[in-house]
Amino acid sequence: MPRTTITIADKIEALSIVDAKGVVDKQLEPSMPDDLLLDLYRAMVLGRRFDERLLALQRQGRIGTFPPTSGQEAAHLGAVAAIKEDDWMVPAFRETAAEIWRGRSLESVIIGLNGYNEAATVDPPGTTLPVSVPVGSQMLHAVGIGWAARYCKEDKVVLTFFGDGATSEGDFHEAMNFAAVFQAPVIFLCQNNQWAISIPRSKQTRSQTIAQKAVAYGMPGIQVDGNDVLAVYSATAEAVERARAGQGPTLVECVTYRLMMHTTADDPRRYRSDEELETWKAKDPIPRFEAYLQAKKLLTKKKIAAIGEAVQAQIQAAVDNAEAQMKTMGDPLDMFAHAYAETPPHLAAQKEELAAELAAGGKEGADG
Amino acid sequence: MAKMTMVQALNLALRQEMAKDDRVILLGEDVGVDGGVFRVTDGLIEMFGEERVLDTPLAEAGIAGMSIGMAVYGLRPVCEMQFSGFSYQAFHQIENHAARLRWRSQGRLSVPMVLRAPYGGGVRALEHHSESREAYYAHTPGLKMVMPSGPRNARALLVSAIRDPDPVIFFEPKAIYRAYREEVPEEEETLPIGRSRIVREGRDLTIVTYGAMVRPVLAAAEDLHSKDGAEAEVIDLLTVSPLDDTLFTASARQTGRVMVVHEAPRSFGPGAEIIARLVEKSFYYLETPIARVTGYDVVMPLFSREKHYLPHADRVLKAARKLLRDG
Repeated sequence: MPRTTITIADKIEALSIVDAKGVVDKQLEPSMPDDLLLDLYRAMVLGRRFDERLLALQRQGRIGTFPPTSGQEAAHLGAVAAIKEDDWMVPAFRETAAEIWRGRSLESVIIGLNGYNEAATVDPPGTTLPVSVPVGSQMLHAVGIGWAARYCKEDKVVLTFFGDGATSEGDFHEAMNFAAVFQAPVIFLCQNNQWAISIPRSKQTRSQTIAQKAVAYGMPGIQVDGNDVLAVYSATAEAVERARAGQGPTLVECVTYRLMMHTTADDPRRYRSDEELETWKAKDPIPRFEAYLQAKKLLTKKKIAAIGEAVQAQIQAAVDNAEAQMKTMGDPLDMFAHAYAETPPHLAAQKEELAAELAAGGKEGADG
Repeated sequence: MAKMTMVQALNLALRQEMAKDDRVILLGEDVGVDGGVFRVTDGLIEMFGEERVLDTPLAEAGIAGMSIGMAVYGLRPVCEMQFSGFSYQAFHQIENHAARLRWRSQGRLSVPMVLRAPYGGGVRALEHHSESREAYYAHTPGLKMVMPSGPRNARALLVSAIRDPDPVIFFEPKAIYRAYREEVPEEEETLPIGRSRIVREGRDLTIVTYGAMVRPVLAAAEDLHSKDGAEAEVIDLLTVSPLDDTLFTASARQTGRVMVVHEAPRSFGPGAEIIARLVEKSFYYLETPIARVTGYDVVMPLFSREKHYLPHADRVLKAARKLLRDG
């Protein structure tokens, strides 16, 4: 047998449309309605300001630990804007602005970050899954949902998010492989934010890009400037179109950066330099999109200020509203709810046990 | 009624549920063209097509995780782990998501899936192919852990599991797969999940068991009857979790002597919970300490030694005699 060469893809596309200064590549500029552009801008500003407010609330002890999203707004909002409302979104946990885009209220986020399950019921039902904490594990659900949609002959695609760290998980591999084998209509959106807590992207994988991993699974992959909302939108929209046409999944790697900590329990100064942070601050997705929209005459300084004020007012109202709502939440007995469709006898008994303890109000019962 | 092996009875359950409800989808390794390595899904791909019987890539987490997504969408996936010993590679999907999505979403989402897996020893198989680790799943809130003991109840329970609104782990005793035939009605039959059954009545002692151990326990009970004239009441749990303690705690109050038999390792096994319930609910009626006849706390031995590991009728009989002597 001779030793021969098998030709596989040896190139991966990289896409950037608006540069860090806000200058657009006219050839690549997607055709997007003005309303959508402005909605995206507003959502990005809301995401950033909300993140900052959440950090303040956390430092004041008014919410628990949370994973900030600052710096990654373009990556998750650009993607989610490319799917329809009745498509599915399967998030990890650093896509808060995208969840809000999909209809999750700020109140729900605040309530959830205060450890109330009630957060899940604050918003109307939709086709967005709750956040998934175990890294990479949610991607397989996206494959199942996508497969099911196709089986039911419903025109729906699934957008699932994960980070660079998740690409080391076995579930990433299994999800990519299953999706490709079954040609499931799934868009795998990697928010490569360079850090998995303290592990840099270079120690996560020896691959030159994350996008190239798609090649091994037999699906298209593309790397995009994740801080360029137009690039993310364009690449995702292409992937969505392919998925809708029955051409299966796509991997979209968004190169971005986590400007804040992994969660509020983390101190990034232990593992990364101020210089690096400054480099990425210069690539911030919001100012460049702002500059682009200004050049396009869609935004003025006055309008920017008005949006900023409106967003702050929205956040303040949500904080007030959430804090008021939480006063009536947290019945301890609700921990027994929704374990099963019907509460089995042993759980009913345990619920009674806790109810009796609560009724006794800390006093020792007759049988104590 | 036709006489069927457990494999045939399970196949009947799948076939009828698939015919009845096009949301029922099978997926797993070799479940399609091959009909499953034990042939439980034999002929189903021919009947329902590749759209409904999916030969998946070889990845347990993938199978379980994809099933979760299908179930969230509204389908009724029945996935197969080729052997329960490989289900650990799917455990995080089951524990982190299948068992919790209803709770996490406060009832908005649910995961009506069945995870089938052959479990247990006695078929001279390789390492990882003979163990009985139902405790992992029984210990996980949000799951139901079902373990049939014979062809007829396996069929009825599988139908119930497929229709159940919550995730059901369905462990099939592979030692019983082709061990004997039983009358199984062609017409629909279900059994409630979470309910045990008295399979032999007796007044002298109570034996609580399930799965493949029901057979040797019943054999021991017959021996006890014919050789010693003593009558063992045998309770088949059928569902390990949620555990139905009504019958065995009531029976213990009548007999005062109880033995628990399972092939899973002893420590922290289902027997420990069964005994805890007995202590909580029937303690003052007990005449003797409760006996446990179980697998040992070792890695399931390779098959040259498995007959010494697995509880057998003689071991049960000896334990029963000791219970009757004591106290």
